[in-house]
Amino acid sequence: MSILTSAVSAAEGSESPSVLAVPLDEFIIAVLAFFIVFGLLAKFALPGIKKTLAERTDAIEGGIERAAKAEAEAQSLAEQYREQISGAHDEAAAIRAKAEDDARSIVAEARQQAEVERSTIAARGEAQLDAERSQTLSALRQDVGGMAVDLAGRIVGESLSDDARSQAVVDRFIADLEAAPAEERN
Amino acid sequence: MTALPSSAWGCNISDGCEIPAPKSDIFFEYETLFEIWFFKFDKPMLLILIAVVLVAGFFIFAFRKPTIVPRGTQNLAELAYNFIRDMVQENIGKAGERFIPFLFSLFFFVWVMNFMGIFPLTMLPPTAYFAVPVALALIVYLTWVPLGMIRQGPWGFFKNIMFPPGLPKPLYILLTPIELISNLLVRPFTHSVRLFANMFAGHLLLVTFSALAWFLATASLWILTSALSFTVVTALTGLELLIQALQAYIFTLLTAVYISDALSGEH
Repeated sequence: MSILTSAVSAAEGSESPSVLAVPLDEFIIAVLAFFIVFGLLAKFALPGIKKTLAERTDAIEGGIERAAKAEAEAQSLAEQYREQISGAHDEAAAIRAKAEDDARSIVAEARQQAEVERSTIAARGEAQLDAERSQTLSALRQDVGGMAVDLAGRIVGESLSDDARSQAVVDRFIADLEAAPAEERN
Repeated sequence: MTALPSSAWGCNISDGCEIPAPKSDIFFEYETLFEIWFFKFDKPMLLILIAVVLVAGFFIFAFRKPTIVPRGTQNLAELAYNFIRDMVQENIGKAGERFIPFLFSLFFFVWVMNFMGIFPLTMLPPTAYFAVPVALALIVYLTWVPLGMIRQGPWGFFKNIMFPPGLPKPLYILLTPIELISNLLVRPFTHSVRLFANMFAGHLLLVTFSALAWFLATASLWILTSALSFTVVTALTGLELLIQALQAYIFTLLTAVYISDALSGEH
């Protein structure tokens, strides 16, 4: 206890200034010191970093913007390619369909042409056949008629030179001949 | 230049020395090292100047050639810059941008001076000398008061301080004098005393327990109390580290709030 009280009295004895005293020299040094720090930092340190940070923001935002632009470009290009590919697919399909149509029409045309040709040939053959037959018939009729008349003349002894009559006889005979096999077949 | 006051230095219980109970006089026993005109340069004065060199030197070095992709010290210094910038943006907004250098200087100047209270080679915070917080608080006061008068007009400035809006009229009889006194007179005082008292008390505590730890360090059972004192000093040093940063932050934050009030005229 005595130790403490003596310490207190010792402290009271020494005349130290009040802790709330503001010595002018200290005050002035503190003010000057702050303004030196403020001045130096405001002039030499902080404008540079402020500018750099702004540039960094720009760079990052610019980078993002550029990336977005590139992505959009790539997407539109891809879209374009996709369109082109689907266009090509459509075109190929159209070409294939057209080729099939063409093939079909070519075949049909060929068939039709062949048909026409066949019928033409058939018609021509028939006509030729008819002509030949009628030619043959008339020739035959003449020959057979002549021979029959000759023969009959010789047998009967009378001249059957009357052509008109003999012709009618021959015709009737031949018509009988033509009818006879048909009846027999029936 | 020693950390402990001369009265406590070497004072040990085994010498029959009285118990060292440091008082405020420990702040005033540093001898004048040199004198220019009426400026007496002692330890705290020199520490102020060293703080100037450290703060200005570090940031000028770190930001000497700032690059878009930060390297080395620029990273660290950018953390500091962003810390202040965020504080300004939160408390003042966009208009606060031109006050960043002011608040930046204030925070780091105060913090470095505070930190000298536990830095082994200095062990004395210049901010524990009332003249330093007073000087800074006065600079802040002479910044926001004229700023408010310019921004709101002299009458508008006082009107906004004296008549906070949205209150029933009779209340102003009571409130107006209180607001006027608290904002214009008490504000700079509390602003400076808060910083000073924290640093002053912190330093006194550290010295007290340091002296006690030394005083009780004898080859007897007293060594246990000495160890306890040493533990307390260690813990207090950690606490001081926190308080130093916190007080520097509060000092700067209040400055930002005062500037914000002056710019907008709101509370």
